[in-house]
Amino acid sequence: MVTDLTRLTAADLAARIAAREVSAVEVAEAHLERIAAVDGTAEAGVHAFLHVDADGALANARRVDAGEVSGPLAGVPLALKDVLTMRGVPTTSGSRILEGWRPPYDATVTARLKSGGVTILGKTNMDEFAMGSSTENSAYGPSRNPWDLTRIPGGSSGGSAAAVAAYEAPLAVGTDTGGSIRQPAAVCGLVGVKPTYGGVSRYGLIAFSSSLDQAGPLARTVLDAALLHAAVAGYDPLDSTSIDAPVPDVVGACATRDLRGTRVGVVSELSGDGYEPGVLAAFEAAVKTLTVLGADVVPVSCPHFAYALPAYYLIAPSECSSNLARFDAMRYGLRVQHGDASAEQVMAATREAGFGAEVKRRVILGTYALSSGYYDAYYGQAQKVRTLITRDFEAAYENVDVLVSPTTPTVAFPLGAKVDDPMAMYQSDVASIPSNLAGNASMSLPVGLSEGLPVGLQIMAPPLADDRLYRVGAALEAALDADRGHSLLAEMRDLA
Amino acid sequence: MTTVGSATLVDYDEAVARYEPVIGLETHVELGTATKMFCGCATDFGAEPNTHVCPTCLGLPGALPTLNGAAVRSAVLIGLALHCDVAAWCRFARKNYFYPDMPKNYQISQYDEPICTDGYLDVEVATADGETRTVRVDIERVHMEEDTGKSLHVGGSGRIHGATHSLVDFNRAGIPLVEIVTKPVEAGDLAPLVARTYVQELAELLRTLDVSDVRLEQGSLRCDVNTSLRPRTAGAPYGTRTETKNVNSYRSVERAVRFEVSRQAALLDAGERVVQETRHFHEDSGTTSPGRSKEEATDYRYFPEPDLVPIAFPAEEIEALRARLPETPAAFRARLREAYGFTDLDLEQLTGAGVLDAVVETIALGAEPGAARAMWLSDLGKAANETGKPATDLGVTPAHVARILALVADGTLTAALARQALDGVLAGEGDVDAVVAARDLAVVADDSALQEVIDSVLAAQPDTAEKVRGGNQNAAGPLIGAVMKATGGKADAAKVRSLILSTLTGGA
Repeated sequence: MVTDLTRLTAADLAARIAAREVSAVEVAEAHLERIAAVDGTAEAGVHAFLHVDADGALANARRVDAGEVSGPLAGVPLALKDVLTMRGVPTTSGSRILEGWRPPYDATVTARLKSGGVTILGKTNMDEFAMGSSTENSAYGPSRNPWDLTRIPGGSSGGSAAAVAAYEAPLAVGTDTGGSIRQPAAVCGLVGVKPTYGGVSRYGLIAFSSSLDQAGPLARTVLDAALLHAAVAGYDPLDSTSIDAPVPDVVGACATRDLRGTRVGVVSELSGDGYEPGVLAAFEAAVKTLTVLGADVVPVSCPHFAYALPAYYLIAPSECSSNLARFDAMRYGLRVQHGDASAEQVMAATREAGFGAEVKRRVILGTYALSSGYYDAYYGQAQKVRTLITRDFEAAYENVDVLVSPTTPTVAFPLGAKVDDPMAMYQSDVASIPSNLAGNASMSLPVGLSEGLPVGLQIMAPPLADDRLYRVGAALEAALDADRGHSLLAEMRDLA
Repeated sequence: MTTVGSATLVDYDEAVARYEPVIGLETHVELGTATKMFCGCATDFGAEPNTHVCPTCLGLPGALPTLNGAAVRSAVLIGLALHCDVAAWCRFARKNYFYPDMPKNYQISQYDEPICTDGYLDVEVATADGETRTVRVDIERVHMEEDTGKSLHVGGSGRIHGATHSLVDFNRAGIPLVEIVTKPVEAGDLAPLVARTYVQELAELLRTLDVSDVRLEQGSLRCDVNTSLRPRTAGAPYGTRTETKNVNSYRSVERAVRFEVSRQAALLDAGERVVQETRHFHEDSGTTSPGRSKEEATDYRYFPEPDLVPIAFPAEEIEALRARLPETPAAFRARLREAYGFTDLDLEQLTGAGVLDAVVETIALGAEPGAARAMWLSDLGKAANETGKPATDLGVTPAHVARILALVADGTLTAALARQALDGVLAGEGDVDAVVAARDLAVVADDSALQEVIDSVLAAQPDTAEKVRGGNQNAAGPLIGAVMKATGGKADAAKVRSLILSTLTGGA
């Protein structure tokens, strides 16, 4: 048998396509076949995709093969989270309220991928409007973890993570508001990066919480993540919050193999109670490896991180209560109308029918938190906590180059285990949320297994120092792979 | 007391004798920028519905706003012209409420961090005894926001109640607006006039700044008028205010305040309370009526707009704009009073006729101020009335008028001939000199030619000539008339008179 193209890294595929050893069409077809073989349906299989755009994918591959479009990732397949608009292709954000909507415009991320010849295979499943940590809040049924199909793939970018872990795509774009790239990456054994806030344009990213949302890469290797990061990052005049500064050299940083002189802080507050022993064991082993690589590892305290979760659950719902107001049946999406209803009645009936329980919970929470008389006590106070958390980071970065912690307190839990307990579900993001509140850069890297399931290590770096994530991540990945003799993902049983 | 509809009114003078009117004005100005506040769509008025739209101004999922720098500069310019402080740092906020013509169901506006604060505009009003009084209207804030779309209710009366369906045009959604909010103004019985003059003066100022076309009828200037009454007893607090929406002419602003004063006074006299509400003004009857009542107080849940970074308008740009501020209309009028001797009435008439700039330009070209004023106001004003066009759109320029007046001044044309010359220019017969030549309008300057005509007239009317010769100078009238007739009106009547007298009596 010839090489299974779906097993290759994005870097390898790009090189082979560029060298014409393999055509982009063959690569696209191999991945489309893999999707057909393992993705299944809402009831069974990985269910990573909500929509597969085979025609669009093959059309792009043909353009790459004809030399009409080129770029570092030309012809490499990619799975796009359904929260990003793609012209003419159904985009739902995991919600019934947008069922059937075909956007008339491309998100900047989508446009950059297209102009670089990346083959977009389709749109991936997610928790509705990116609110959740398991994809169980998707209106279209959950995705499943390729390591164990009875378990959650994480969320909200669970479909993107599941697609990459299941070899349906070597790359995926996710978005991360409180950990929605890093937590799925951790529980699926992948590399996932939340770039610095403002590093990747939010134009065309259907907003959950505008001040926290950030798109970023999911991949099977640190280098692949860097290649995708470089392809989508950079200033965009269509996003006022986009940073007008050069993108750090994330690809170059991946050549790092030793960490002598690098100061690494272990965040004391992100361990202990609530963290599974197996998770802590894998994390501590990885920290030892960092020491072996020459890093100076020291404990660091970030005392206000304890308040990150409550602050997040005031800020994010507040912003979402306003961001989701536009889904009113007047211009697009679902419309529920009974008889001679007024516009207000149509709006109410549509939102009642079109939003799921978690979305309604957060809209109501946010509406309350912003209400006159409560604003200062809730939203205002949460913003103050946010400032204190940012100062914790700033103080820490005076002494260390990066901070590390476990990405999640637990490994992938069984589907259904936490759907009736929102507070338990929210705990999944306890370690990842501080980076969103501070707007800094953060990566999850697979470092080992606990009870046969992947454990992620989180690396955090100051805003605009995204390259540090890749330097530390690449060195650690290389050392762990060398110790193991193979990548962590190679230990996953094949689905086929 | 009189009754209008169901409302009982107190005579205005009686009302203000017992209560002190307090007014406040909120004026929305559509800026004249080429593109919308937060996207690149055109702002042209009157385009086909929903043709100037994009993902951002339609509020499509994922679309984001980006700030129009020209709109911010206009807002700063307005603030500076109103003597406001410009914030070193300010933000936008979201005003959340659901309405079908609002694409995002929130409006990007400014809340507790407006771009300009604490200014004033002085307005001059005439009091009942003919004096001019200057009233300072304090400005609380100047802030930026985006306009909403426009709903068109089909069927029924055109209002939302009884309509079969509604259409929405999003061309207006996202048009940049600046809202100018006054502090409470205590103008006593002058309140209605102060309200009107303030809006008029503000409009004039905005026109001078060239930031808006300022058309009330097209909605590019919209005015909400708050009115309340306070008993004329020491230390009485402000009364409950009503807000009269979208008053669409200067005169209506004045009428709306007058009506509210009379209406509220009647309520207070009867021991009832004024309800805090939005009211609509009716042009035909000059009355106001309640808008849809709000059962509960609206909570807009303002919070800082996370999609837009804060604005830090650079201090040096503020100073550059301040240095560029044009002369205010008030200063301009003061200068004209001083330099040209124009009265307030003159200025009001010239402004009303829209010829003030033309008159000033005519004077700058050498014309005598009074003559320039008269020709633009009377002669061209008459032509403007006849044609229905503005006096400045008749094909007559300040240069034409200045030339005609120069010819009058040097005796080449009489007043009557000047009007004929103007008629020629109006008729498109060319410039002034061409018209004078073609119509042969110049006065007969040659005394010997004139003497020949006089001699023949005297010969034809010997009896009349004899009376004059006998000392009755008043009898010269018919002789002068005959000479003027014989010359086709081109002689200078005064000169004719003196030549006749010297011919008949040997002296003037």
